Amino acid sequence: MSKKKIIPIGPYHPLQEEPEFFKLIVEGEKVVELEIEIGYNHRGIEKLAENKHWDQVTFVVERICGICSTSHPFAYVLAVEDLLGMQPPQRASYIRMIIDELQRIHSHLLWLGLAGHFIGYNTIWMWAWKAREPILDLFELISGNRQHYAMMKIGGVRKDIDPQNYQAIRKTIKELYPTLKMFEKVVKDDPVIMKRTKGVGVLTKEYAISFGALGPTARASGVNIDVRKDDPYALYDKIDWSVVVLTDGDIYAKILLRILECLESSSIILKCLESLDRIPKGEIETEVFDIPAGEGIGRVEAPRGECFHYVRSDGTNRPVRHKIRAPSFMNVATNLVTVCGYTISDAAITLAAVDPCYCCTERGAVFSKSGKKILTGEELIKLSIEKTEKLKRLYQKQNKFNFQNKNI
Amino acid sequence: MIKDKVKNRLKEKIKDWVVKNPRRVYFTIEKENLKEVANVLYKEIKMRLCTITGIDNENNFELIYHFSFDKTGEIFNVRIFLKNKNNPEVDSLCDLFNASNWIEREIYEMLGINFKGHPNLEHLLLNKNWPKGKYPLRKDYTNE
Repeated sequence: MSKKKIIPIGPYHPLQEEPEFFKLIVEGEKVVELEIEIGYNHRGIEKLAENKHWDQVTFVVERICGICSTSHPFAYVLAVEDLLGMQPPQRASYIRMIIDELQRIHSHLLWLGLAGHFIGYNTIWMWAWKAREPILDLFELISGNRQHYAMMKIGGVRKDIDPQNYQAIRKTIKELYPTLKMFEKVVKDDPVIMKRTKGVGVLTKEYAISFGALGPTARASGVNIDVRKDDPYALYDKIDWSVVVLTDGDIYAKILLRILECLESSSIILKCLESLDRIPKGEIETEVFDIPAGEGIGRVEAPRGECFHYVRSDGTNRPVRHKIRAPSFMNVATNLVTVCGYTISDAAITLAAVDPCYCCTERGAVFSKSGKKILTGEELIKLSIEKTEKLKRLYQKQNKFNFQNKNI
Repeated sequence: MIKDKVKNRLKEKIKDWVVKNPRRVYFTIEKENLKEVANVLYKEIKMRLCTITGIDNENNFELIYHFSFDKTGEIFNVRIFLKNKNNPEVDSLCDLFNASNWIEREIYEMLGINFKGHPNLEHLLLNKNWPKGKYPLRKDYTNE
């Protein structure tokens, strides 16, 4: 028997966008044991939430994650609405669903790119991120921000989607469809992807259940759970869609599942837009004045799985307790079984396969050749607003003809 | 239907049964019965442990075990109270499912609740050098 050695990955490592520490214990090329150390990013948000006003918490929890940034506020407002026993207006629910699904597409594409990058397939990385860009432009068009959309609000949404922008959303989604289909074909056909991912990092159904794995990680192992179907929030029970479940539990299944989910999300968005056309305009929130004593639970299907929020009120203007459980908390622990038994070179993609939360929130800064920063923060914000306006004008110009026809 | 099943199976162990709305049920049990109740919910009825919420209620600690029955979307919230504030203790559920390992470690470091039978009750999120006896989510915690 060869001697055991330790290979550390992290806490800061080129393979990871966020600090986590994985200690791989190896025998030759084979990983026999894994130790995970987390907590490098702990910010004490649960404690912070106890010191904020109910409305402020919505925006604090948005900062938990930069990718699935709408999932946390969504789950939180659902929890407060559960406490109050109220329902937001139909229009608000549809808008929430559109944001949620757009986010799922952008998150899955981001992950697909990273997965490609990790197995050394950089073409996938560039293609996936190129396809993701128009989705971020849509977010900017709808909410004014590429990330941290701040669309959720207790009782409804902060902003309506301008009917003039429906066409832009439809166009982008329809244009994305062939690209997603191409990705599906690439994954199914490509011998390199097959070789690197088929039968690697398998999470069995038993382990998925025991670890309480969630979202794509669980669904790729044959566990049929999806909060949107099981405990329908917003109006997911009013439209027709299906949950994607695969049974192999390997990396290949996880890649394929996420691409298929993007296709499903596109069709959900188009259906929501159809519904938005039918229902009265303008009703986007029910005003909430007081939060009485009580407790509530909200959960949404974030791109990585079930995001769970519990709130308790004692009747004052701050929550007494706000418990947050993000999906990665459950999923990252499954690495303890999926990495072992495979080679070190497989570890990179396996550790990334649960899609641990990476942050990509920073926008660009402009530097001169000498390395000196030539733009201040304020100037950047000004530039960003100008860009949003430019995007709006561009989309509206493209659709002008259609709108005029519609009005006649 | 599943509510009746839980009720019939656990009978007198259940106290304060509250159906807040069709998909959210809250009830209280004694902490001695925790392992048995968790076993019934997880193994027999096939529920999933979403997470555990720990709350500092000034005069006692409260733990809420959120069990989700995914076929119908119901969440059964099992509440236990730990009256001994100086030495709060409860059985660990680690031998039942792996999911509770990290969850219990988080509650241990944030609220100082001891989970009996936990294989590795160490810090999870906080630094290893975090001062002993300081628990951030307790109400009497100060930043000094």
